[in-house]
Amino acid sequence: MRKQLRLSGSGGQGVITAAIILAEAAVSEGKNAVQSQSYGPEARGGASKSEVIIDDEKIYHPHVKTPDFVLAMTQKAADKYFHDLNPNGTLILDDDLVPNSPDFKNIIRVPITKLAVERLGKALFANIVALGVIVKVTRLVDFETIKKSVANRVPPHTIEQNMTALQIGYDSV
Amino acid sequence: MSARLMQGNEAIAEGALKAGVRFFGGYPITPSTEIAESLAKMLPKVGGTFVQMEDEIASMGVILGASLAGKKVLTASSGPGISLKQELIGYAAAAEIPAVIVNVQRVGPSTGQPTAPSQGDVMQARWGTHGDHSIIVLSPWSVKEAFEIAVKAVNYAERFRTPVILLTDEIVGHLRENVELPTDIEVYPRRIPKKTRAEGYQPFTPDEDLVPNVANFGEGYKIHVTGLIHDETGFPSGSPKVTREQIKRMHDKISSADDEIIEVHQEFMDDADFAVISFGGTARTAYEAVLNARKRGIKVGFVRLITIFPFADKIIGKISKNLRGILVAELNFGQIVYEVERAANCPVKLCAKYDMTIFEPEEIEKSIDELVAEVK
Amino acid sequence: MRSYENFFRQNRLPHLWCPGCGNGIVMKAIVQAIEKNPNFTQDNTVIVSGIGCSSRASGYMDFDTLHTAHGRAIPFATGVKLANPALNVIVITGDGDCTAIGGNHFIHGCRRNVDLTVVLFNNNIYGMTGGQASPMTPLGKKATTAPYGSVDRPFDACKLAEAAGATYVARSTAFHVQHLVKTIEDGLKNRGFSFIEALVQCPTAYGRRNKMGDPAKMMAWMRDNAVMKNSWDKLPDDKKIGEKFPIGLFYQAESESYDESYKKVQEIAGGAAK
Repeated sequence: MRKQLRLSGSGGQGVITAAIILAEAAVSEGKNAVQSQSYGPEARGGASKSEVIIDDEKIYHPHVKTPDFVLAMTQKAADKYFHDLNPNGTLILDDDLVPNSPDFKNIIRVPITKLAVERLGKALFANIVALGVIVKVTRLVDFETIKKSVANRVPPHTIEQNMTALQIGYDSV
Repeated sequence: MSARLMQGNEAIAEGALKAGVRFFGGYPITPSTEIAESLAKMLPKVGGTFVQMEDEIASMGVILGASLAGKKVLTASSGPGISLKQELIGYAAAAEIPAVIVNVQRVGPSTGQPTAPSQGDVMQARWGTHGDHSIIVLSPWSVKEAFEIAVKAVNYAERFRTPVILLTDEIVGHLRENVELPTDIEVYPRRIPKKTRAEGYQPFTPDEDLVPNVANFGEGYKIHVTGLIHDETGFPSGSPKVTREQIKRMHDKISSADDEIIEVHQEFMDDADFAVISFGGTARTAYEAVLNARKRGIKVGFVRLITIFPFADKIIGKISKNLRGILVAELNFGQIVYEVERAANCPVKLCAKYDMTIFEPEEIEKSIDELVAEVK
Repeated sequence: MRSYENFFRQNRLPHLWCPGCGNGIVMKAIVQAIEKNPNFTQDNTVIVSGIGCSSRASGYMDFDTLHTAHGRAIPFATGVKLANPALNVIVITGDGDCTAIGGNHFIHGCRRNVDLTVVLFNNNIYGMTGGQASPMTPLGKKATTAPYGSVDRPFDACKLAEAAGATYVARSTAFHVQHLVKTIEDGLKNRGFSFIEALVQCPTAYGRRNKMGDPAKMMAWMRDNAVMKNSWDKLPDDKKIGEKFPIGLFYQAESESYDESYKKVQEIAGGAAK
């Protein structure tokens, strides 16, 4: 069955990397996946959005319509991207960075960035914490699969911390 | 080999490498840069050379020099960079130097909308350089096909000794999807002289397929290469006859192989009253629109131009005889639609978009409905 | 037949240059320099040129020769050299070709220290198009596009090359033939970007407009105004006046050439043997 996700935030938060890892995990489980992205000219700050479609069938039109899950890591992203959410879908928000919840029925608030800072000392790991949350909430890929995909993507000397980040996110919901 | 997630731009780099490209010269520009970045990493691993040049003009110059010295070559750019390359794309056509130029299209004119997708360089790909020349332009719709077309582009460049434009767009260039890359790849080798200098070798004497077997530099042939109109010796000639014959042969060498070069992907055409024609990343959305329209009972077929130029005149002419109308969906103000109009024997309607966003399937579907209503 | 004549394509001669033009002198100096260097053969040497009077030289020289587009000789030559570092690559260019339309390629060629020998035929004018001002037309001199005298400050191409990173920079003239040959010869020996500016007389497009229509007088001007570097350096500033200019070797440095540097990249990446 087709599942559509949108990961949004600001440049530098790593939402594009998180989306790529998720798509890689889905592919390694034998599913079809496409990942696309859009971002502003800023390398840091500015709007950043990445979309992933996962399906057993072939995927043609590459962009997400009516996402089943939206992750928003900033207030701006939350306000902008929840509108076309599937009414039965889920909006995942960074508890501290999105103080005002949009008017949507199914919201999960997780202190993603705060967990990364408090438990791992760096906001840098927020995207992997978020990935842990997403995997738990969406159940689109196996936790063991996502662990392998993260390990393949991140610099070798950061694997251990990234595994911790993933686990923290996974356990937070 | 199992499937893996790969980006369109990376697939182009991989395909080029598999086809034997061993030299890349380029200049960074979004959304093409991943091709340069991939090859900067991969080329030295196989003994190849990557060089970042001072601008796009130099990037073309450096690959043409490398090609003449015997290497298979590639460059990649977008928007303004492709405009700068045009001068030496013409040089490659005139001097018959194999080279592949990748254009990952973005919104123009000028700096336009960097990183946003567009298909606005279709006619530039055909006519961007000055003067009468022939050229091959190919466009992929998926990451896997980006790989395959990169191989094909390199092969055509070598076989016809011509510049080949790999015309992709931000949609496919930046898209990541699961691919299983083919391992069995046919590679066209560099053409080599069939005669020695003593036997009267002339570098620009055409072979049976009208393509000359130009020697690489450093092999003792002491050839002369110029962008001036030249005769079979390679030296400039002021003769009207030579000028006419050279320009004609450069067209004929490609047009005589049209049937082989021109590739068109067709589906649902057996019962079709209508067809949607598209190419590149837009074709993915057009395909979904066609599927949806068919579910609603509209007999519409799907036609995708893989080879953009030489244009599929004959194929469009033939299929349009059985059609009541054609919809051309392209992510620009209207370019390939004029080629389709010229070739088609039925009404042609344009579905254009030029606002930084890609088509939604509904938009193309709506145009299909309008076409159906208009021709009734 | 004199030995250097073997280096010319006899069937392409006579050349198209005007009577009295200095280009032929420099072209001959190049082949004489090549003749003196056993590492440079007709089979392993590539002559690359741009567009303009100077750049027609490539067609007369019996090597693999590449007559490129206007200003683009250095990028093409860079491609030839990097694709096959075993080849010797010589670039023939002019003042307009090299310092106007090709100016960016010129400084970046110097910066990379690609192993090329670039010989700039400086006739101070666009000759082929009939005498327009170039970036090396001296102040006050007339050209069809500077009918009241040029007000554009000219480049000193040698200073430019040195500042940009060339590892051999020298100047000579069509009058100082022995010196010119030796200067090019030394340039060929340098492993890196060698730049030689060779002043040539253009009686037709430059001299005629500037009261120097006689080629012999133009060469006498070179004789009278060129000052060897050693003497020039000893001249007090108040003597470096009028049209006097220095010739000789201005700069030479040992520095790894680009193809040698890139070989290391290939070694690090593991592809050096491939």
